[in-house]
Amino acid sequence: MAKSNEIFLGGKGVTKVYGFGDKKTVAVNKVDFEFHKGEIVSIVGESGSGKTTLAKMLLGLHSVTAGEIYYNGELRDIRSPRKKRAYWKGIQAIFQDPFSSFNVFNRIDTLLLDCINMRGQKNLPYDKKVELMTQACGFVNLKFAELTRKYPFELSGGQMQRLMIARIFLLKPRILIADEPTSMIDACSRATILDMLLKLRDEIDMTIIFITHDIGLAYYVSDSVYIMEHGIFVERNTADEVILHPKADYTKRLIKDVPKIYEEWDLSTV
Amino acid sequence: MKYQLQLVFKSQKFVTGFVIFAAVFLLILFYPLLVTKNPLEMTGGLFYKPGTYVSVTDAVDTQSYKINKDVVTGKLTKSVTAEEQQLMRDWLLNYCPEVKPEEVSDAKKAYDIIELWLQYYDKTVEMEGATKAVKNQYVRLYDKVENILESEGYIVSRKNAETGEMEEVAAIETKEFVNVKDIPNRVTFPLGTDNFGRDVLTELVAATRTSLKIGLLAGTVATAIGLTLGLLAGYVGGMIDNVITFITNMFTVIPSFIILILIASGLGQAGRGAMLVAVVIGFTSWPWTCRSVRAQTISLRNRDHVNLSKLSGHSLPRIVLTDILPYVASYVVMAYILQIASGILSEAQLSMIGLGPSTNKVATLGLMMNWAMQFQAPLSGAWWAFIPVVLSIAMISFSLNLMNTGLDQVFNPQLRE
Repeated sequence: MAKSNEIFLGGKGVTKVYGFGDKKTVAVNKVDFEFHKGEIVSIVGESGSGKTTLAKMLLGLHSVTAGEIYYNGELRDIRSPRKKRAYWKGIQAIFQDPFSSFNVFNRIDTLLLDCINMRGQKNLPYDKKVELMTQACGFVNLKFAELTRKYPFELSGGQMQRLMIARIFLLKPRILIADEPTSMIDACSRATILDMLLKLRDEIDMTIIFITHDIGLAYYVSDSVYIMEHGIFVERNTADEVILHPKADYTKRLIKDVPKIYEEWDLSTV
Repeated sequence: MKYQLQLVFKSQKFVTGFVIFAAVFLLILFYPLLVTKNPLEMTGGLFYKPGTYVSVTDAVDTQSYKINKDVVTGKLTKSVTAEEQQLMRDWLLNYCPEVKPEEVSDAKKAYDIIELWLQYYDKTVEMEGATKAVKNQYVRLYDKVENILESEGYIVSRKNAETGEMEEVAAIETKEFVNVKDIPNRVTFPLGTDNFGRDVLTELVAATRTSLKIGLLAGTVATAIGLTLGLLAGYVGGMIDNVITFITNMFTVIPSFIILILIASGLGQAGRGAMLVAVVIGFTSWPWTCRSVRAQTISLRNRDHVNLSKLSGHSLPRIVLTDILPYVASYVVMAYILQIASGILSEAQLSMIGLGPSTNKVATLGLMMNWAMQFQAPLSGAWWAFIPVVLSIAMISFSLNLMNTGLDQVFNPQLRE
């Protein structure tokens, strides 16, 4: 997918501060960013660097302390519930922990039917809805017939995360924020999930903002990479530039920390 | 749901509590069907002992049966008091020249000591150092016992309405018995009567019923207020949270029992119906439910499943009802059970100090305690007027608390032993 030069989601001086006075924590400190249509962006950083806070602000789940977020060329406006709903039709997320992402009291059908309702197809006959759900599950190699009337906790972690992707498939948002979608999953399922995400991007042409602490993974999937340390972007460039010619010390350290075969692992910074 | 119920009924504590509570509940459900009399009807008199009461004149009129049984022993044991037995023992030990001390100490039962005394007692034996009064006391005691031993029965006579003369109606021998079932007029008070002469058992069942209703209403009101405010404060946050927390803290700082007393006395004697008292109790006991629901809601508010629900475009009421409430439901059920138990206790406390429901149409457990205290049942030894009430209160709150502990262990596995 060719990336365009149009800025789809951007931010100027975006800041998030938690607490007051002595307990004040600056989680995200005046960051600027431009995400283009159709590209895969990775935000890489260690735990506590503010990646997830930034993601929640982009999703509109957390308020922004200072700064502006631009969406589709305009200043983002999500002040009323109705506008929020409209915004969320275009931007969706996959969370880190599949086990806590589901409401354990709702059946899987409820979750998928909600997506169909949100697409504005509430009045579709039930057969049609089942067809849509079967199609979505088929996309992620799940069988709807086996899942129907089951509860989320009856699935494995990999199945749950695939179901999350099926949900995105149904919603077809224009931007997907994937907050460490593979970090709670074993290595085998990890590749499958990633491939599905990439396949989904090709299928419905969306921008993916990939949040991870694994710089190797970021290199594998993304077009451009943002390196985040203590709430600041220390480096931002295309993936090749960042990995092959890192400039910031922090990036160098991150790359050094990736374990390599036939080489002794440097634990000096751990 | 079914699975959770199975899990709950595997908890021994819950099952024990449930069985006790179910027993109480079935009793108050079915007892009024069997005993249909008005529980507040004053049949007896002040603190009658538990037992069956039969009409004496009916006993005379009823067909009698001869039964070959030693009636004297029982009669003697019953009519010679413990003090009189002690007198006999004193005489035997101090004044009797013939009896051996072992014989006296061997005679343990009332009848044995009476028999021993009758055997050795002699008016003519000199009682050294005893006053005339003491000597006469023994003579009188001897006559009394002799009378019982030689009783030939009674002759019952009735005044003839026309002539005014006494006519013999019946002669009753000592070995004549009547079947209690033949007597048409008899009243059973399994737990005696209270100060107003009401049957304590019937009254107790009615009182337990009213008290459970009060507890249920108070618990429902308290849980409804606490749950609504807690969910609202916890989920919405911000200014609403501040205001609700402020009100909750205010209610927590002022002891709720004081507020309860003030409201109850403010309502006045005429205005305090049982159900109004329940609402007042509920209105003062919600803060802790509110606080804990709020705390739990805050910890749930930022969970991913709530975020996902928001992203799915669900409205605030829907998120609260489907994504928050089910997660706190098990806790709320436990809190509800505790609120019911504390509602019953609060009513009892209020009534004990005379601020309970002021009505003469219903009895509550607290009112029964209050009446027993006011008529000094503990002083007059009328245990049946308050011990069963205390036990009922204890049983109900014990069973409810046991159910709560059992539920707690099922839903918080960390607490399981």
